[in-house]
Amino acid sequence: MRNIDSYTHTRGESVYLDDIPVLDGTLYATVYGSPVAHGKITKLDLTAALAMPGVVRIFTYKDIPGKNQIGGIVPDEPLLAEDEVHFNGMPVALVVATSVEIAQAAVKKINFEASPLPVITDPRVAQQNGSLLVSPRTFRIGDSAEAFKSCKYIYEGIAETNGQEHLYIETQGAYAYPVEHGNIRVYSSTQGPTAVQRHMADVLGVGMHQVEVDVTRLGGGFGGKEDQATSWAIFCGLAAYLLKKPVKYSLHRMEDMRMTGKRNPYSSDFKIGLDENYKIKAYEATFYQNGGAAADLSPAVLERTLFHCTNSYFVPNVTATAYSCKTNLPPNTAFRGFGGPQGMFVIEAAIAKAAEQLGVPASVIQERNLLHTGNEFPYGQIAVSEAAACWTKANTLYNIDSIKAEVDGFNTAHKLYKKGVSYMPICFGISFTKTLMNQARALVHVYMDGSIGVSTGAVEMGQGVNTKMLQVAATIFSVSPSLIKVYSTNTYRIANTSPSAASATADINGKAVQIACENILARIREVAASILQEEIGKISIKDEKVCVDGKPSAISWKELISAAYVRRVSLSEHGHYATPEIHFDLAKEKGHPFAYHVYGTAITTVTVDCLRGTYEIDAVQVVHDFGTSMNTIIDRGQIEGGLVQGIGWMTMEEIVFDKEGRLRSNALSTYKVPDIYSVPKRLEVDFLETDKDNLAIFRSKAVGEPPLMYGIGTFFAIRNAVKAFNPNSNIDFSAPATPEKVLMGLYHSTNE
Amino acid sequence: MLYFILNDKEIATSLQPGMTLLDFIRYQQKLTGTKIGCREGDCGACTVLVGEIKDGELVYTSATSCLMALGNAQGKHIVTVEGINIEGLNAVQQAFAEEGATQCGFCTPGFIVSLTGYCMRSETPSYHRAIDAMNGNICRCTGYKSIERAANAITQKLEERNNQPALQFAIEQKMIPAYFLTIKERLQQIPQQESSGTLAAKKLGGGTDLYVQQHDVMEHAAIDFLFDKIALNGISQEGNTCKMGGAVTAADISDSPIFKKHFKQLDEYIKLVSSTQIRNMATIAGNFTNASPIGDFTIFFLALDAQLTLSGSSQKRQLPLRDLYLGYKQLNKTEDEIIENINFELPGDDDHFSFEKVCKRTNLDIASVNSALYLKMNGDTIVKAGLSAGGVGPIPAYLPKSSAYLIGQTVSFELINELIGIIQIEISPISDVRGTESYKRLLLAQLVKAHFIKMFPAIPVEKLLSIA
Repeated sequence: MRNIDSYTHTRGESVYLDDIPVLDGTLYATVYGSPVAHGKITKLDLTAALAMPGVVRIFTYKDIPGKNQIGGIVPDEPLLAEDEVHFNGMPVALVVATSVEIAQAAVKKINFEASPLPVITDPRVAQQNGSLLVSPRTFRIGDSAEAFKSCKYIYEGIAETNGQEHLYIETQGAYAYPVEHGNIRVYSSTQGPTAVQRHMADVLGVGMHQVEVDVTRLGGGFGGKEDQATSWAIFCGLAAYLLKKPVKYSLHRMEDMRMTGKRNPYSSDFKIGLDENYKIKAYEATFYQNGGAAADLSPAVLERTLFHCTNSYFVPNVTATAYSCKTNLPPNTAFRGFGGPQGMFVIEAAIAKAAEQLGVPASVIQERNLLHTGNEFPYGQIAVSEAAACWTKANTLYNIDSIKAEVDGFNTAHKLYKKGVSYMPICFGISFTKTLMNQARALVHVYMDGSIGVSTGAVEMGQGVNTKMLQVAATIFSVSPSLIKVYSTNTYRIANTSPSAASATADINGKAVQIACENILARIREVAASILQEEIGKISIKDEKVCVDGKPSAISWKELISAAYVRRVSLSEHGHYATPEIHFDLAKEKGHPFAYHVYGTAITTVTVDCLRGTYEIDAVQVVHDFGTSMNTIIDRGQIEGGLVQGIGWMTMEEIVFDKEGRLRSNALSTYKVPDIYSVPKRLEVDFLETDKDNLAIFRSKAVGEPPLMYGIGTFFAIRNAVKAFNPNSNIDFSAPATPEKVLMGLYHSTNE
Repeated sequence: MLYFILNDKEIATSLQPGMTLLDFIRYQQKLTGTKIGCREGDCGACTVLVGEIKDGELVYTSATSCLMALGNAQGKHIVTVEGINIEGLNAVQQAFAEEGATQCGFCTPGFIVSLTGYCMRSETPSYHRAIDAMNGNICRCTGYKSIERAANAITQKLEERNNQPALQFAIEQKMIPAYFLTIKERLQQIPQQESSGTLAAKKLGGGTDLYVQQHDVMEHAAIDFLFDKIALNGISQEGNTCKMGGAVTAADISDSPIFKKHFKQLDEYIKLVSSTQIRNMATIAGNFTNASPIGDFTIFFLALDAQLTLSGSSQKRQLPLRDLYLGYKQLNKTEDEIIENINFELPGDDDHFSFEKVCKRTNLDIASVNSALYLKMNGDTIVKAGLSAGGVGPIPAYLPKSSAYLIGQTVSFELINELIGIIQIEISPISDVRGTESYKRLLLAQLVKAHFIKMFPAIPVEKLLSIA
């Protein structure tokens, strides 16, 4: 089934935040962000800005009626700066004016001065200074120190991954207006409506019940609108509440890039130990996460780095420690993969280093250490693994021998170009690692004409979750999709939602829809049984017909619904789902945090232009563990899109901050994401379909985040090509592999 | 007053002609299918089609409406996604829907407009051209593979066109609504712009740079619109000299038979320069006066020793492009002077020309370093040489010493090595967001090698690629 929004999307009729018709008298907000990354505020003079015609008011922290606090995990993030600023772009004042242009012009007239404080942008420096956002954490299995003593081969090194700008094409934004009794309604482009509601209530000093958050859809999120959509919504809400006027703020791209956090950069140390059969016996890693100026979601991101520090491999002795370092960058945040990719990159680097030193392909080490069912993860969960199944199928399906022969032949024949090939196996745990967040609710109404309305806590941001919710309802009721409408996500209809994140949105909300629909179904089957004078066990509904023993009766879906209504049977249901089986003990760092894992293997082939240092991706060939895909168009789209986003992170997407903490890659002209020419020429996706039971909705495994990590394979394929040209290259394990790093790597000379 | 057609509607507006077309479409006309992604022409979410009558034919090109002045819409047909909607999905929309080529949907209208515009052009359809039509559109969700599949489906449909007129075929195939057949006649009825008569301080070409740098100033500025002035358009040849008007665009060069004949790799060069949408708007003279140290066409024409005719309020004068730059963003040109003409000597059959560019993303990106080399040959001897390089100093650089060194020489491995040594003394790159100094030095050396490898295939490549 195709995406249910494709009709309005392609016609330009889908409504995003900035497309909502504005009410008369709407005012426009713009934030004044700190021009320095760290300092004590000595002057904030608003006189000239306030004097501008059309400027209605400028708010500072002093105007906040409730708490000046929006930190989700740790209360360390003021909505508006008070005495100090901690990153360049930190909101200091909120200008409200009669037009966007006036608001933007007024911002330029604000007179701000600060006495400078030291600016730290490097997480290792922050860690040395004891500047951490939360206490460090360590995951342990076996005894790595002891195990290293018996390892035949031990290698150490450093691996680094830069941040990543989300670059949702729709920038952040919100539109709030006051409704009667001092309540606020806000349209927000957020993945986390409840986070907006909760923090706005705190800031305004009202109850959550007074704040209605409504989300129709996002023009992309990727984690960037999980926590970081909140402040923009509150700015609008605050101004609307205090001015009693509708207030809108749709960020300019450069404001968005400057003021919002990105994927956490990491710098990490690794030490890997292998035995004579290349079995990894011991692994140690220390992760220095660049958290930025406030905790935001970094502590949770850090946790997932530890969960995925051994990727798709079984390592019996592991010690992994992670520091969440406080720096003077915008608070970094969730981004597809959520720390997992950063953790996986490090062990892939460790394996690559071992392979280079041993003179064997990395794939030899990778394959020998793949996880098998029954293996224990460092956090205590026992694997139900498809790792080897995906790897083996990829080898045969894509004929790895011919790929290797072609690459070798090409490299022998060509001087100007070299090819490189790599494997990237993945293993990604599905569930929020914070167990309590694994709950969801759905509200299903069957209207008296037989049409159906579905509300959930899921936010549609392109991942096709609304289509999947509709499929669940259509499947349970066995009715045409045309009878069903999935409504906007609204905190008045669905309370206490978890954000649409962790790849788990379709699973947990889908299960809630399933429960709600099944409960309604049970009631209407009872009605049918009574009308037909049959046992309820014989009654089913198929293709909008009531069936007895599977044979259609004379009663249609619509007639049955009408009859149920007449009999005063409830046709509405609020379904609640809490993921079973999962638990985690933070004191021991052990438990069973994931409902299940998703596996896969990607084989990547690239060609490097050894004259210019540029490269093309010839092919990425994937075997992915889908369970049983409930929507192959959407799921394929997630693989392709996630992979390309991962490739971008590993190749051209380079975030540049200067030493003063100023973002230099602050526009689409200086920060490049993949365009239509830069994607793999060939991208094949094979669906590994399994019939094992799992906790996914309709056994269709979560697919949002895992494919991003296939992109890591591109880094190692490029590295292999560079090594084919210059075996002595010192090219670092430092992503992204920009054309600069590649060219410098190609021509690195040991004589220098 | 400004007059144009927006979709199926005649527009007469007295709004500021410096307002962007995007703001007019979205906030005045409330046509919200045209999206805002970056406001600097780098995402394509605001793509519209611009129809105008050229040589008696109604021709449509794409443009990013965020960089297009409302004043530049005068007398044209502007088409947004709403203007191509028909009853049900059009063929392009249908292909996108079927292939799952839309996820969050925010970039989608821009893609649809770009590809639909391609369906309205008369050139021989090919899959690669269909992709090229969307090369200025960025999608963050799909990874483009589904968009490629949709383009493939559309190409197959277009291949059935044979010799039918493109617009007629597009209407029959439900790619665009039928009103397009009335546009040509309606455009001929459009009144001329009524000038406000105020003294215009700002000279505006295509706007692709001014609207990035001075969006807020331009909206309220008094503007002298140069883009459509007939005297500033056209590419012609007199003897060996090519003459271009100051408003000639990158797309005009791309389409020019003169350029195609004299620059065999023209398509490859063009592909490295911005995107289809931007090339339709960006003027060569604008690239020169922008004075970016990495302007692609500036580097291209510096090597060719282009000569400029500058026209001011009181006088005209000639100036070599190589003398236009006095320092970083400082021009040997007064505010009221415009580049009226650009002349240069076309390379002959035995001469060599090469343009090279490397950036973080190969396409639609600003160069880390770019370079052009022009060699006029007499047998094996170089009789005239022009070497230029961008990104290696405060101005787009013509390298006089390096160029002079080549004259009278024959090409050899040793010559190239010596040349690279001279280049390294002549340039002064700095570390910035586009690369470190040492990278830019190495990269330029590599690009110079690339020039020679392409020009002289007999050069020992292996020696040139050796690691120091």
